[in-house]
Amino acid sequence: MDFSFSEDAEALHQGVRTVLDTECNADALRAFELADEAGRAEASANRWSVLAELGAPALVVPESAGGLGLSDVELVGVLEEAGRACLPEPLLETAALAAPTLAALAPDPAAVAALNALVEDDAVFAVGGIDVTHHGPSSPTEVSPDGMLRTPRVVGSRDAALLLLACRDAESGWQLHVVPATSCALEPTPALSPVRDLATVHWPLGSDTLLAYGVAAEAVVSLLADRAAAGTAAHLLGLAERMVAMTAAYAKERHQFGRPIGSFQAVKHHLANARVALEFARPATYRAAWSLATAQPTLSHDASMAKAMASDAADLAARVALQVHGAIGYTWECDLHFYLKQTWALSRSWGDAAAHRRIVLAHALAR
Amino acid sequence: MDLTFRPEHEAFRAEARGWLEAHVPPDPLPSLDTAEGFEAHRAWERTMFEDRWSVVSWPVEYGGRDLGIFEWLVFEEEYYRARAPKRVSQNGIFLLAPTMLEYGTAAQKARYLPPMAAGDEIWCQGWSEPDAGSDLAGIRSRAARNATGDGWVLNGQKTWASRGAFAEWCFGIFRTDPDAERHRGLTYFLIAMDAPGVIVRPIPQLDGETGFAEIFFDSVEVPDDQVLGDVGAGWSVAMATAGSERGLSLRSPARYTEAADRLVQLYAARGGPPESTDAVARAHMDAEAYELHTYWTATKVSRGHAVGAEASCNKIFWSETDVSIHSTALDLLGPGAELLTSGAPGEWLDGYLFALAGPIYAGTNEIQRNVVAERLLGLPRG
Repeated sequence: MDFSFSEDAEALHQGVRTVLDTECNADALRAFELADEAGRAEASANRWSVLAELGAPALVVPESAGGLGLSDVELVGVLEEAGRACLPEPLLETAALAAPTLAALAPDPAAVAALNALVEDDAVFAVGGIDVTHHGPSSPTEVSPDGMLRTPRVVGSRDAALLLLACRDAESGWQLHVVPATSCALEPTPALSPVRDLATVHWPLGSDTLLAYGVAAEAVVSLLADRAAAGTAAHLLGLAERMVAMTAAYAKERHQFGRPIGSFQAVKHHLANARVALEFARPATYRAAWSLATAQPTLSHDASMAKAMASDAADLAARVALQVHGAIGYTWECDLHFYLKQTWALSRSWGDAAAHRRIVLAHALAR
Repeated sequence: MDLTFRPEHEAFRAEARGWLEAHVPPDPLPSLDTAEGFEAHRAWERTMFEDRWSVVSWPVEYGGRDLGIFEWLVFEEEYYRARAPKRVSQNGIFLLAPTMLEYGTAAQKARYLPPMAAGDEIWCQGWSEPDAGSDLAGIRSRAARNATGDGWVLNGQKTWASRGAFAEWCFGIFRTDPDAERHRGLTYFLIAMDAPGVIVRPIPQLDGETGFAEIFFDSVEVPDDQVLGDVGAGWSVAMATAGSERGLSLRSPARYTEAADRLVQLYAARGGPPESTDAVARAHMDAEAYELHTYWTATKVSRGHAVGAEASCNKIFWSETDVSIHSTALDLLGPGAELLTSGAPGEWLDGYLFALAGPIYAGTNEIQRNVVAERLLGLPRG
């Protein structure tokens, strides 16, 4: 039993934190929200090249394929930092979803080509076509009248060179494709969080883009859903940590009745509740990363438990943060809203807490 | 990171499981908060001690096996899995002993630890007073030098001493410097409950049993060698005990994972009523999260890090998890939940009453939230 991170993992985690504290602080997020399309693309490209220099996108890609050859255990701290920074770029989709999925599908030629693009060209990946419910993964992808497929709420397509897209029909089951952005038509969908990049993607169904179908695709999609749950949980830990820290700092500064509001027990107890929820969601999320890295039979249970606990912890932190900030927290001027909106989005993405609780209980009943 | 137990830990698990299966009494013992039950539980402690299972993490010379924290956690998992009796020695072995191992003299450890491990001397905790509960630093019971200058004379009153009705010994904090205020001028004493001037008044609990007691001290003579730690340093010694109480050693995660497993079984046996689904899932996850958190903390401890104010997070979490597990079980039992039956349903009701004390003892959860806010988040004291 050893529930610790290696020195390398800690160093990587710290390295990403340091970089994002300058490259993706609240001022950068504000500028990003106000920028036009070209400005956003430039900001994203700059940040991505910094992350790629650290090796973050290809962190779990084997060394033989040009990656860092590390595992989900080393990745989880990086994802936590992406959450804490409210990173607009699709690092989760690229590093935690596309990279390991493509690496596992090698030597399939489409997978190898896509993985090469990720490693060699710093290609950004979008992911879509999988929703998580308590019955398991389902696909929102539909066939349009023009014969193209239509996938709503694809994440990260703005910067993406390649899109990992899934569809499912009752007869042949799941299909997973890796589609060049040049073949897709994007229809951006405005969302509450300014750093969420959501689009409806219209894409052609072709055999040259096919990665897996049928039973094999079902297993890949199921693993993707677990990876997404665990990785999103890590983001939510980072968001919760950020919101608790900025709210504690505010409660020390803000005075009412001649005292800092943080000296009142009503305020202390709100913040303590958020801190306790974060404290216990953290090891659950790290365990999910370890279960991914070591392909534990309990992976699905562990990933769902992480997502359920981290979603609840971050939702509580968001609620407490807004309440303790008071009216100033409700303004666009205050930095808090970036983290609130991202929390509200991620806590419900890849399955909300209630759905994951039902998945967890189904596993517990089957033990 | 490796979240599996090493082969030698699994071998130890098998050994513990084998011993427990052969020795745990088949029928539950009478309640330890009755005279008869107290002695039955004492006899069980003796049985464990004879085969060196009562305090596996202690040094060999005091009756332990000198095992590490992970072996202790494995033993606890097996102990709860075996549904073995409650530990009547818990205040001594889990709270006083870690403090004594840190602050005690060699003579004190040799004198007190072996009989504690054997169940021959059961300890109770004399901390709270009628006017010093959450405000523990407000204690007024006092100790003054005796006439011959080789000991102390204790006067005052302690209350809510669990096991106080039947215990042989008491560890308590007394004010030795009448001019010092609050956390200063306090000293940690070890007191024989049969010393002249010690008067015990058992307090019936809401279930009618006398689990705790008031203890009056009327000019009780205590020799110098019954001071634990330095005179005047009682608060910092007491905080070591409080750290054990809130942190790792009082409530091992096995207690909650075992109860949560039974809750999941109860839910299945009741046909999986949808109105309980969310609560059962939460109880299962919270118990497991506490277990994972304990492994995480134990990893830090095994590498020489101290458990700090995070212990207060722990105490809030395990006590509220315990209440949730048991109240969810009572919901599943429905209209029958109030019945005083023996066997499984009655155990949930007993467990619920016991769990309800958790957010109160060992420092109320309100105090723990203040500690979390002030020491982990740096908020100013009120």
